Amino acid sequence: MSTLLQLESVGVSIGTVALLEGISLSVERGQILGLVGESGSGKSLTALAAMGLLPLIGGRITTGQVRFDGQDMAAMTEAQRRALRGRRIGFVTQNPMTALDPVQRIGAQVDIVSRLHLGLSWQAARARTLDLLTQMRIPEPAAVAEAYPHQLSGGMKQRIVIAMALAGDPDLIIADEPTTALDVTVQAQIIQILGQIVRERGAALLLITHDMGVVAQICDRVAVLYAGRLAEEGPVGPIFAAPAHPYTRALIGCIPQEGMAKGSLRGIPGAVPSALAMPSGCRFNPRCPHASAICCETAPSFAPFGAGGVACHHAGVAS
Amino acid sequence: MSAAAPIRALRRPSGGVAGLWLALVALAAVAAPLLTPYAYDVQALREAYQAPSAAHWLGTDEFGRDLLTRLIYGARTSLSVSATAIAISVACGMVLGAAAAWFGGWFDRAVTVVVDLTWSFPEILIALILVAIIGPGTTGTMIAISVAYLAQFTRLTRAQIMTLKGETFIEAARSLGAGNAHILLRHLLPNALAPVLVSAMLATGDAIILEATLGFFGLGAQPPTPSWGGMMSAGSALVFKAPWIIIFPGLTVAITVIAINLYGDALIAALDIRAKLRRAA
Amino acid sequence: MTEPLILIEALSKRFQSGGGLFARPRAMMAVRDVSLSVGRGEVVGVVGESGCGKSTLARLVLRLIEPTAGTVRFDGTDLTGLPPAALRRMRRRMAMVFQDPYSSLDPRYTLTDVLSEPYRVQGEPLPTGRVAEMLGAVGLPEAMATSHPHQLSGGQRQRVGIARALALAPDFVVLDEPTASLDVSIQAQIIALLSDLRDRLGLTYLFISHDLGLVRYFCNRIVVMYLGAVVEVLPAATATPRHPYTQALIASGFVPDPAARRAIVPVAGEVPSPFNLPPGCAFAGRCPRATDQCRTTRPALSDEAHPVACFHPI
Repeated sequence: MSTLLQLESVGVSIGTVALLEGISLSVERGQILGLVGESGSGKSLTALAAMGLLPLIGGRITTGQVRFDGQDMAAMTEAQRRALRGRRIGFVTQNPMTALDPVQRIGAQVDIVSRLHLGLSWQAARARTLDLLTQMRIPEPAAVAEAYPHQLSGGMKQRIVIAMALAGDPDLIIADEPTTALDVTVQAQIIQILGQIVRERGAALLLITHDMGVVAQICDRVAVLYAGRLAEEGPVGPIFAAPAHPYTRALIGCIPQEGMAKGSLRGIPGAVPSALAMPSGCRFNPRCPHASAICCETAPSFAPFGAGGVACHHAGVAS
Repeated sequence: MSAAAPIRALRRPSGGVAGLWLALVALAAVAAPLLTPYAYDVQALREAYQAPSAAHWLGTDEFGRDLLTRLIYGARTSLSVSATAIAISVACGMVLGAAAAWFGGWFDRAVTVVVDLTWSFPEILIALILVAIIGPGTTGTMIAISVAYLAQFTRLTRAQIMTLKGETFIEAARSLGAGNAHILLRHLLPNALAPVLVSAMLATGDAIILEATLGFFGLGAQPPTPSWGGMMSAGSALVFKAPWIIIFPGLTVAITVIAINLYGDALIAALDIRAKLRRAA
Repeated sequence: MTEPLILIEALSKRFQSGGGLFARPRAMMAVRDVSLSVGRGEVVGVVGESGCGKSTLARLVLRLIEPTAGTVRFDGTDLTGLPPAALRRMRRRMAMVFQDPYSSLDPRYTLTDVLSEPYRVQGEPLPTGRVAEMLGAVGLPEAMATSHPHQLSGGQRQRVGIARALALAPDFVVLDEPTASLDVSIQAQIIALLSDLRDRLGLTYLFISHDLGLVRYFCNRIVVMYLGAVVEVLPAATATPRHPYTQALIASGFVPDPAARRAIVPVAGEVPSPFNLPPGCAFAGRCPRATDQCRTTRPALSDEAHPVACFHPI
């Protein structure tokens, strides 16, 4: 296996506010990495950093490196980075309702990606589009290609957005909460399609989600973010079986499951701190049941643990 | 939040300078008799056509009256006519707009049709027609201006209330047992107020120009009562002989209108309602 | 058996949309012939995907919208025929918590304004110390009384929404997806709070949600809706589903356990348009068990201990 995307202790700031610190991740070909955390933990920001799109929101990488297929993204020209996006990195946004141009037919919107990035002729691009729509299990792809976005349901639109992300035949797909806006039965369809794409094409998928159930279902590894720092990272099996970080454990415990006793679901007390008022020491300490004096003073460093790593003074105490 | 917004608007550089000018003009209008040794209506033909000097800072007009004095007294007419007209317009517009949005049905359709019809004529045309019907003078001008701007405030209020009606907190109030009066007075109108007031602020600037225009045509305040438009009208014939007679009232109108617009913009920024206004327009 | 607190009989709501100069109006049944009872102290869940009519049902039950047909009885009183003044008095006894904690609070109100509104609306004096007491009951500090909603997080706002609903000590609360726009960690907090409040105050809940896992955790009895109609009533949270749609819903949820990973078999097809429903069972087009009968005849909800509207229940 080869590493496709690698973040090495990446720090990100907007203005003078540090929003991400020391994020290290890697995604390999044929692998799905889940990136989880509550809102405000920095998931989407990590995705933007990985695509070199931080300037869009006025952010910049302050420390560390983002490497795509071994190349330092910072050393590339903007033109090179742009050539990468869409062609080798496909992006699936959270909201399929706004990701599509309302006045262009579906087919034209998907065609343009492969014409631009693969240099296909008009006919070849359309053939590819129909092929992609079929892969997305869209019924009557030819009719859908002639439709406008408003004529399609949310689930259909999300499948179109995925088809667009795949049109350039990317090596890496970054999907930011691709199923959050969808109904559960549709979510299952989309998750299944994404999983299949990775396995069949040997692509890599960085899946941003807040749903630990989705992570357990299709991811190979999972990275848990909390308040702009990496809390825990590793293969899903061991992490779900015995989460080393109390936050990971708490997140998993927030999902109601069959056979759970009434009253056992308590949630995580408090809320994610704002970037302007971060607690000292471990950022999770105000909400952590295992916090001790050291947790309030020193930030734990991210250290290897099992087959992954964890940033906790009491790693493993939770399980 | 909105109580502090007019103050916050003053803290912006443009809002502060504009606010200062407006305060100065308003203060001068109120304290007019205290500020000037001259009377606005006493003619002194021997002193006619004097250029600006230490005795007459802005010069004198064709009847020898002090121009600054007339400008200050003119502010009384121009500002009070425009501001009162807009106040009447806002009050009527909010009632009409809120009623149309709230009751819907044929009443809403009727109001919308009339508003759209008036909207398609320039304000000056509407005002001219009305003054022609009512007759010239301050009262006529006031009524004409308020009717000319009625459509704008009706439309804005209606749009605001229509959007607000769909908000969950309205449904929440209903679920508690709130009646129409409570919802209108405690939720809908207070929330619709800020954008309407800002729009009223900006319209006052236009109204000053409209009032001056009517005055220029001799349809506004009748002599010897000074108004900025009337003064410009008198000065227009003498533009080469005594240019200050038209220049200073003209400048005053221009600066005042610019100041109102600058302050209005600062207020919009302070209230953060640009998006709301755009949606309604 | 005493009469249930809420008794819904053959409730329907027809919406008309569009129509105008050039378009013919289209009609849809948002809620079709729903009958349901909620016993005192019960937590009944209503679950279904978007467009299934669950939110419309919630509003019909509290008569926030007028039904096209059917009745809702609240503690023996028919709400559907109640004159406005009597309905307003009745609203003291029933309340609603809304899905969107961002738009359910007036942005100009302080929390004190929000929490005293129920009293003002009902024409009752606000007891001194009541605002602080209400804030305390939902786990918010008293100092927040002067805050505006925009100063609060989503979870905190939803707590305010709950406090407002409980201000006049109602018997019955409709919870319309109260956690759908919150993080899972906050969702669990809110569910725990609702659970505690129910135990403490002896409340009866109608809990609307799209999340079957959550409903199964929180509710005693579960009503499953699909395109406006009830397809199944699970008599207990642990009951095995009998309707293929309920089964599909359960199969679509992912448990947070990689060891329980399985091949995903998504439900085929799309939800049909509510404006153009097929004549038979609304789920027939997506159902693996569907026969010709399902496509031509609409199955009625059976009169059993575990009611299901299906010709071929599991």
